[in-house]
Amino acid sequence: MPVLKGKELRIVGFLCNWCSYGGADTAGVGRFNQPTDLRIIRVPCSGRIDPLFIMKTLMNGADGVLVSGCHPRDCHYAEGNFYARRRLEVLHRFLPILGFEPGRFEYTWVSASEGQRWQQVVTRFTEQIHKLGPAPKIAGPEASATLRQMEAVL
Amino acid sequence: MKYQQELKDSIRKALPGLDVVIAWSAGYDPLHATPHFIRREEDIDRLEIGPFSVHNLATYLPGLRGKKVGIVVKGCDSRSVIELLQENLINREDVTIFGFPCTGVVDQTKIRKALGHTGKVDFCQIASQTVVIGAGGEEHKLRLSKVLADKCFSCQYPNALISDHFVGEKISPSAQTEGGDDLEAFENMPLPERFAFWQKEMDRCIRCYACRNACPMCVCRDHCLAESRDPHWLSQEDSVRDKWMFQLIHAYHLAGRCTECGECQRACPMDIPLLLLKKKMNKEIKELFQYEAGVDPEATPPLLSFKMEEENIKEREW
Repeated sequence: MPVLKGKELRIVGFLCNWCSYGGADTAGVGRFNQPTDLRIIRVPCSGRIDPLFIMKTLMNGADGVLVSGCHPRDCHYAEGNFYARRRLEVLHRFLPILGFEPGRFEYTWVSASEGQRWQQVVTRFTEQIHKLGPAPKIAGPEASATLRQMEAVL
Repeated sequence: MKYQQELKDSIRKALPGLDVVIAWSAGYDPLHATPHFIRREEDIDRLEIGPFSVHNLATYLPGLRGKKVGIVVKGCDSRSVIELLQENLINREDVTIFGFPCTGVVDQTKIRKALGHTGKVDFCQIASQTVVIGAGGEEHKLRLSKVLADKCFSCQYPNALISDHFVGEKISPSAQTEGGDDLEAFENMPLPERFAFWQKEMDRCIRCYACRNACPMCVCRDHCLAESRDPHWLSQEDSVRDKWMFQLIHAYHLAGRCTECGECQRACPMDIPLLLLKKKMNKEIKELFQYEAGVDPEATPPLLSFKMEEENIKEREW
């Protein structure tokens, strides 16, 4: 994060290949202004997302996680996002049990043509996370330290 | 236990057609029972059921798939059997279920806390409401309600929900709700406090995986995520992050499947309140899907199915 050092938070987005990733691309091609806090991970389908991906991301220090897939009934694989919807909703209710603010994780649906909507989603979610501030840290090995160790072995 | 003889007779009749019957027998001291595998006629006499029959024997069933197995179940254990049937992890025709009305089992942690370190236990007598434990030349009197497991106070299913042979008369669920206290207290906790609470509790975890091994629904066995190297979900560090993550893997893999038998908490050598996490999770599942695991053998677990229009999942406005 060279440009806005200190001002950016770490937000991770899991986007389905067929709709939301395309939607984000459309937003880019349309040159819509977006906050730059989001790091996108492309997955084949929202049904591919194991809720534990999101847990792990939050545990390892992400400040927010956004999941986006095809609109229900619009899934490229017909029903992946129906399963995803149930899993993600359960996760959404699970996080407050553990003491994570529910706003740190959201899921939504954006189709490939909805560049404008993608811009709105990213802007609103980033604002939401900035309002919550940096996530409380959980004690554990730092990624950079682990990386140094691995380099030393090589 | 008054139905013990009846149960033994019933097992004796069924044994010729079965490879093994799993029950309980006396353990290494009067305070403990141990799982008992009945293969021959003479093994039957050692069977004992009662407040020390704490183990959920359904845990053994997936590993014995393909064999003709008889199993003695409490009400809560029968839910695990049903859940295994729901998920096709065992075959109904291979399992013979012996049920009995369960009046509650003890929580060894509570006994340990009440008595301190007793050393050798000489005897233990349970009268209707009191437990008398003799240890180190002393007699300790405890109220039964002080040592019963929490799950038994809010038990809704004291009789086996599914059984081929049921001995004794069915009893109605206990009206006591003392056991619900911990859940209520937890729900009143604000978020930052919960965050600190779980970190404090999970920090004690020694990752012995006893909770996983005792869990009747943890059926991956040698393919558990916690020990997989590729993908490498958990490191070997002893930080609270990895410990907590392990418990979350366990809890999340049980979403909509957990039957609240409490084996995780019972098996935990560090007394981490794991059942609390599962109970709260189940409550959310019940609200979302009006579903309770291990009640109906024909039902599909909620995360293995979907509806086009979900009643309780609102689309968020963005």
